[in-house]
Amino acid sequence: MSKTYFSKTHEYVTVDDNNIGFIGISDFAQHALGNVVYVDMPETGDDVTAGEDFGAVESVKAASDLIAPVSGAVLQINEHLIDNPRLINEDAMANWIIQVELTDPSELDALMDLDAYKKFCEEEGAH
Amino acid sequence: MSENKRTCLYDRHVALGALISPFGGFEMPIQYEGITEEHNAVRTDCGVFDVSHMGEVNISGPDAERFVNHIFTNDIAGAPDGKIFYGMMLRPDGGTVDDLLVYKRGDNNFFLVINAGNIDKDVAWISSHAEGFDVEIDDLCDSLGELAVQGPKSEEVMEQVLGISCADLTFYTFREATLDGKHILVSRTGYTGEDGFEIYADHDTIRSLWDTLIESGCCKPCGLGCRDTLRFEVGLPLYGDELAEDITPIEASLSIFVKTEKPEFIGREAILAQKAEGPRRKLVGLEIHDRAIPRHGYEVLTPEGEVVGTVTTGYRGISVDKSIAMALVDSRYAAKDTPLAVRIRRKVFPATVVPRKFYKKSYKK
Repeated sequence: MSKTYFSKTHEYVTVDDNNIGFIGISDFAQHALGNVVYVDMPETGDDVTAGEDFGAVESVKAASDLIAPVSGAVLQINEHLIDNPRLINEDAMANWIIQVELTDPSELDALMDLDAYKKFCEEEGAH
Repeated sequence: MSENKRTCLYDRHVALGALISPFGGFEMPIQYEGITEEHNAVRTDCGVFDVSHMGEVNISGPDAERFVNHIFTNDIAGAPDGKIFYGMMLRPDGGTVDDLLVYKRGDNNFFLVINAGNIDKDVAWISSHAEGFDVEIDDLCDSLGELAVQGPKSEEVMEQVLGISCADLTFYTFREATLDGKHILVSRTGYTGEDGFEIYADHDTIRSLWDTLIESGCCKPCGLGCRDTLRFEVGLPLYGDELAEDITPIEASLSIFVKTEKPEFIGREAILAQKAEGPRRKLVGLEIHDRAIPRHGYEVLTPEGEVVGTVTTGYRGISVDKSIAMALVDSRYAAKDTPLAVRIRRKVFPATVVPRKFYKKSYKK
């Protein structure tokens, strides 16, 4: 069974039983960004560190850093996003950005589940 | 921290669901439907912008022409009424106080349009240089609003939807008229590279014109987001990016708007000296050979990795499907086709110097 966790910086990680995580941005984040025109991704084999940036998603107007919700080694990047970054707008949860092998699954404890994240977004939206 | 101001159309923007952000001291609409959709509407059809954040200052009096020519780089001497000039106000060292439009209303009557973010600075600058000139300086910023109707269908929209006759106005000319008993000023100007008009009037008139345009369905509401992509693609400068207190118009490749043949204006000596020596920096266009997007402030490097400049504005173009930028670079690297590179976060991407006009202007001259 896979489970999805969210960070306060609006990335998600969907983790399966083998500690493989699929990292992307939430639907809330894609909506706030508008049309995604470029995704800057790391390379396969790179390490990403929880709380540090590993790339960026760019709308026409601006670049937003991607912050890793968990640490791990990049197994794969989503190559469809190179030529078709707007897939993120079409379905942000299905179109993950990188696949990583988690080095420390206990980092997931610091993240939110879907219900907690929804509440978090409502509070952010109210500002 | 001082509160941002709102234009007379703020409530309309909120009702239309605009994304609102601070710009130049105002809470301005950045986009309604989306930057790309709005950008394309202006390139192919018609869009309307609330540009009421822009500042207006009227200068009149027996010495008005001499005074404006003293603080302004373009030459307005002997111009016919109804003509508009683009140019800059400079510091004595040649740095740019602001770029602006000067409308000649009459022999000694000029209407200046300045950038929102520079209003307080400019009004103070203008007033502080008026000593010895018999002029009256009227700050109209808070009493006037401004709309920009832009795009290939803008003439049709102006005439048929708003009932404002403008077909006979040529590029960079204007007319003052009365509309429903109110005084308006209409010019064939804009900041998009497309044919278009700008209308200055009191707040009630601006609200009524805006409502008529939006209700007609002939004109898409457009935010400052696409105003920036549109002006950028045709190589027009934005104060704060391509022009600043420490950037001269010579460096910004805007020499044609600086008339050094005029006997006198503030900054003339510095500009003459810079022209004689050749500026150390030049504004250029860059094309990046990748989808990565150069942004304001990113470093420009030689292929060997030496930092030789900074990106002033960059986008993934909308009418031009390329990653492009304007950048201020060391003059030795400013020639067309020079290979350079841009650092975008952790990576360095090869780039080439290209003309700044990424997209061809379609003015109706």
